[in-house]
Amino acid sequence: MSQTKPYRVSHLDALEAESIFVMREVMAEFERPVLLFSGGKDSIVMLRLAEKAFAPARVPFPVMHVDTGHNFPEVLEYRDSRVAELGLNLVIASVQEAIDSGTVRELPDGTRNRIQTPVLLAAVEKYRFDALFGGARRDEEKARAKERMFSFRDEFGQWDPKNQRPELWSLYNGRHHPGESIRVFPLSNWTELDVWHYIAKEQIPLPSIYYAHEREVVERAGMFYAVNEFIVPKAGETVETRTVRYRTVGDASQTAAVLSEADTVDKVIDEVAATRITERGATRGDDKVSEAAMEDRKREGYF
Amino acid sequence: MSQAVVEPEAPPARQMDLLRFATAGSVDDGKSTLIGRLLFDTKSLFSDQLEAVEAVSAARGDEYTNLALLTDGLRAEREQGITIDVAYRYFATPRRKFIIADTPGHIQYTRNMVTGASTADLALILVDARKGLVEQSRRHAFLTSLLRVPHLVLCVNKMDLVGWDKAVYDKIADEFTSFAAKLDITDLTIIPVSALEGDNIATRSEKSPWYEGPSLLHHLEHVHIASDRNLVDVRFPVQYVIRPQSTTVTDYRGYAGQVASGVLKPGDEVLVLPSGLTSKIAAIDTADGPVDEAFPPMSVTVRLTDEIDISRGDMICRPHNAPAVAQDVEAMICWMDETAPLRVGTKYTIKHTTRTARAVVRGLQYRLDVNTLHRDEGAPELGLNEIGRVRLRTTIPLLADEYRRNRTTGGFILIDESTNRTVGAGMIIEAS
Ligand SMILES: Nc1nc2c(ncn2[C@@H]2O[C@H](COP(=O)(O)OP(=O)(O)O)[C@@H](O)[C@H]2O)c(=O)[nH]1
Ligand SMILES: [Mg+2]
Repeated sequence: MSQTKPYRVSHLDALEAESIFVMREVMAEFERPVLLFSGGKDSIVMLRLAEKAFAPARVPFPVMHVDTGHNFPEVLEYRDSRVAELGLNLVIASVQEAIDSGTVRELPDGTRNRIQTPVLLAAVEKYRFDALFGGARRDEEKARAKERMFSFRDEFGQWDPKNQRPELWSLYNGRHHPGESIRVFPLSNWTELDVWHYIAKEQIPLPSIYYAHEREVVERAGMFYAVNEFIVPKAGETVETRTVRYRTVGDASQTAAVLSEADTVDKVIDEVAATRITERGATRGDDKVSEAAMEDRKREGYF
Repeated sequence: MSQAVVEPEAPPARQMDLLRFATAGSVDDGKSTLIGRLLFDTKSLFSDQLEAVEAVSAARGDEYTNLALLTDGLRAEREQGITIDVAYRYFATPRRKFIIADTPGHIQYTRNMVTGASTADLALILVDARKGLVEQSRRHAFLTSLLRVPHLVLCVNKMDLVGWDKAVYDKIADEFTSFAAKLDITDLTIIPVSALEGDNIATRSEKSPWYEGPSLLHHLEHVHIASDRNLVDVRFPVQYVIRPQSTTVTDYRGYAGQVASGVLKPGDEVLVLPSGLTSKIAAIDTADGPVDEAFPPMSVTVRLTDEIDISRGDMICRPHNAPAVAQDVEAMICWMDETAPLRVGTKYTIKHTTRTARAVVRGLQYRLDVNTLHRDEGAPELGLNEIGRVRLRTTIPLLADEYRRNRTTGGFILIDESTNRTVGAGMIIEAS
């Protein structure tokens, strides 16, 4: 914690202190917490906060990756090296396995965002996780703006936005009956820019795809998708090599890159500060379905 | 001549501070519009958000882009044109990062105002200039003082609809000032605005030459909040004990927590409650290394020189400045549950700092009419959104201060033991 003048606390220090407080509350009050770790930048920051919250002890809970099977190899590599470095226990909830064993069905359009929810819920049940840390931020989306720091889920993992527990001071109510659980969002009050400032301040390494690099892409509805095993150019689409970076890392079949020359954290910060399009608007095909796409998915148990 | 040097652009500010504020007002006074305007004027709005709002606005036949749609995030809200729940919004200027808790004005949602106000540095109340002060305005001012939000701003909105008439503004301002005087509100600022047209929001408007105060944004950026913190009374509620099970770090025992108030330093003599044992601070650790002092709202890990038994829910303070160790608590309670009222004799779970206990309601002294401030001493119960003075007895002692002195060690919540819902918010008046 750096202070420029006595008793001064910068916004990043205040956000960090709040997130650490939340993580310690969970560790003190729950039996089986787990941290959702996808190798995306928000979950990377969250894991860093967990590391800081319990130092010099190890992060005292496992991490879980809900693996859609549609991954960027750089991200998987990052995930595994970070897990090894911190000596963590990694739980993988695999959508592919669930499809293979017939517990969920592949959608006709091949997207896996929606079908990862039952896979997540099955893992929660199997491991009896009672608190799940998620890296969602309220600035991401308008349904998320209404989410609590401690968000109650019933035994079906459902969110009821009209029936949320009031959250006062820093007194978080994590009480639940067996089978119910709490989603915990330590980054609730962070914005995309805060996350990047923190990555710079803490010098947190990220998967390389977050920085500008050349890639073969196709343009669809104004968004640039990397050509890979999941995204095959359709007739009439031209493959071009562009300099791009990823603002979010989700399902590789649905996450688009943005054109960017920002190859360092400081350049990314400048870009994020100047950008006029939301993170999800710029990169996620899945949120564009309807005005209430996110609200609907969250009600079903999505993060 | 030397080669021209291109000055690098100033890096984005990383040393902003943080201001949390809650907005309140009756339905249609223009809260959502005002927030939309603040976001718009500080360039915190994204073009895709704006496009989405424009499209929905056009589809509904609105005459202008309805900025309120930006904050109304749930389907039911958009369909009914109302705000159901507290929504959090973020924007920043080079000086400050702001967190807005947008709380709905409907009477049945007063608990949301209390929720938003509990963590707010500042409360922003709106009134419609045409309507003047209404029941809700007084209620919101009262709640602001009850929750001890240090700064209050009254925005007299829709000034465009009263032709920017100074007399209209003066009447509302006078009436509100005298009401606020009864409430022990320490810092009040009143600003005439048009949220819709953006007057006196980001910059001062030419339409109100008679108004000499700051624009709303200027005030939000400059209001002095650093001294709102209590830096006098050392209160460190222990959250979690860190004891690494490792071969490299041995014999480490640290008490993790967030400083509620006061300043802690290595070498300070401390008193640990409820045990009453004393010790000294050996070190204050963070993951970035030890620090010379810790103050609110830092999250740190304190080590003591003596091996004493300390666990979650204990409090580290100073020998001559300690909270009450109390099982009998007098408090104002705001009731938040629609399914059952607060009744004398009922038991609840109580959460106070990092301590959890059970509490029984021993008495209900009065229920307060938040509009007239009349005390009804015969009230049998507190229903949803009602506020009253209550006497509680707890199973184990709380380590408590008066709420007016310390918002962290003076506030608590009550939880229904069967439904697990958060049913009440309490502010301690006296603990013994
Ligand atoms: N003329 C005028 N109309 C306003 C102003 N502020 C808000 N409104 C309108 O008042 C109505 C209610 O506003 P809204 O922001 O939804 O109010 P809320 O219920 O407090 O969130 C909308 O039709 C707004 O366009 C203002 O300053 N001037
Ligand atoms: Mg509204």
